[in-house]
Amino acid sequence: MSERTEVRFSKAKAFYDTFERKGSGDKVTHYCPGCGHGTIQKLIADCIDELEIQDKTVFLSPVGCSVFSYYYYDTGNIQCSHGRAPAVATGVRRTLPEAVIISYQGDGDLAGIGMTEIVHAANRGENITVIFVNNAIYGMTGGQMAPTTPMGQKTPTSPFGREVLRDGRPMGMAELIASLSAPVYVERCSVATAKDVLKARKVILKSLQNQVDKLGFSFIEILSPCPTNWGMDPVESRVWMQEQLAVLFPLGVYKDVTTHLVAVDPGKFHSPMDDDKLRELLRGASEVPVQRSSPLPHTQLIKVAGFGGQGVLSAGELLATCGMSEGIQVSWLPSYGPEMRGGSANVSVILSEDDIGSPLVDHPNVFIAMNGPSLDAFEDAVAPGGLILVNSAIVTRKVSRTDVRVVYIPATELARQEGLLSAANVVMVTAYLYITKAFSIETLRRCIPLVLRKKAYLNQNLALVEKVLDHCVRTAGSAGSDESDGSAGSENG
Amino acid sequence: MNHVEICKDECKGCGVCVETCPRDCLMIGDEINAIGYQHVVFVGMGRCTACGMCYRVCPEPGALTVMADVKEV
Ligand SMILES: Cc1ncc(C[n+]2csc(CCOP(=O)(O)OP(=O)(O)O)c2C)c(N)n1
Ligand code: SF4
Repeated sequence: MSERTEVRFSKAKAFYDTFERKGSGDKVTHYCPGCGHGTIQKLIADCIDELEIQDKTVFLSPVGCSVFSYYYYDTGNIQCSHGRAPAVATGVRRTLPEAVIISYQGDGDLAGIGMTEIVHAANRGENITVIFVNNAIYGMTGGQMAPTTPMGQKTPTSPFGREVLRDGRPMGMAELIASLSAPVYVERCSVATAKDVLKARKVILKSLQNQVDKLGFSFIEILSPCPTNWGMDPVESRVWMQEQLAVLFPLGVYKDVTTHLVAVDPGKFHSPMDDDKLRELLRGASEVPVQRSSPLPHTQLIKVAGFGGQGVLSAGELLATCGMSEGIQVSWLPSYGPEMRGGSANVSVILSEDDIGSPLVDHPNVFIAMNGPSLDAFEDAVAPGGLILVNSAIVTRKVSRTDVRVVYIPATELARQEGLLSAANVVMVTAYLYITKAFSIETLRRCIPLVLRKKAYLNQNLALVEKVLDHCVRTAGSAGSDESDGSAGSENG
Repeated sequence: MNHVEICKDECKGCGVCVETCPRDCLMIGDEINAIGYQHVVFVGMGRCTACGMCYRVCPEPGALTVMADVKEV
């Protein structure tokens, strides 16, 4: 017998040397003693080493006990929001054709909150590997019932045991995914015994090799112990898995068509669109040379509201397009009722010299009221000192606030005089620009053709702009004033 | 000789390797380690075949390292 020994099994290279959580370096995982996550993650690391794919692996951590996986794997890492890893994987797949993507998910994550994402990623046959760790409960949050919890099992959310009429039956995810046509490889394995673990290693290896070979979607379900929440010791929990869990969720291959497949060049199917094509598709402000006239006085938090059909959303689009063409930050957030016509619509637009955090406008400093109900709905929300533009051709009442600037424009009437029935929006935007000087009217003229759907009306719209300017100039004495009822047309019925 | 090196401060004393080893080479010791667990100890000199089962089932990445005899040719 030899005196010399060599390392046969040791920590995988795909792991970091130290797991630097919470500042201080550490060499142990955060998992409970005897948790299956550690065993499974070691198998994955080992397979990454064996396939020599560490440099191109992107490991997706879920929400759940394995949320901290990015502290362990010395690979690309993304921590995904709860259940969304398959959607993130799809994004990574489309942008990094050569990446090896591992979506590692628990049963609460994958079969609960993330059921939609996994089913659709599987159905699209994304070329990714999903490692589904089924411990039959929500581990991280304290052992609540999961879609995979066995009948009769007591958990904090099924204190008298899972019951069929109330909770439904446990779901077999391997069975469900295998019923779709796109996945190429679906197998369920376990880490209950050493034999199971060795088998699981082969299965994981194959699922990753499938991806490297660009064969398509592989789904590996692994039964895994959670001694802590099952209220068992680590050894007992492994016995329970064999006696109970593996009976409920039989191990084995649920689908494997990889032998008849040839590698698919992913580029063939999802070739990313080139920039020129994209530009052509989005034909808009990018065509307009960016030119800034003068800096914005302050961030414009704009709300436009009215009936559906009054061009409320387009008014927002026009404002945002003007902003883009002047190279500033813009956001456009529509919200409208169920009926596109006759219902009420409103849009929030932010124009800013700085980055925009949220596109929501709760307290506009510019409010364009296209009809009466909108004025009723938003008058009180306008920030003190803000500007309210009222379509006085339709809105019969006056604004009651006294701490805001109000301008009345008979917008619908002005548009009608120009032969345009639904161009009150253009009137309001023109008046807004005239009053605030946020952008030059020249910018507006440049942007109208980009936003206008019916190009045949372009000249009439441009003529309308001049008409509105004329109207504003005629009533300018008050339009430019700070009087609260300063009016570009209130007397001009 | 074949054996298992134990990084004692990386063991959480779950005992899964003890249960798994086909040759009873491992047991939970009395000593409490730096992270508060009674860690596993190797007691299998001469019996260990370096099969690696303990390494496979162990949930900790670095707790166990399996050393095998170098085959002298
Ligand atoms: C959107 C969202 N909803 C709920 C939670 C709370 N939450 C954290 S972990 C978890 C359950 C995870 O269970 P599972 O996927 O089975 O993983 P395990 O912890 O068992 O490994 C839940 C519901 C959250 N973090 N985010
Ligand atoms: S709670 Fe369960 S799943 Fe989470 S680390 Fe502990 S044993 Fe593992």
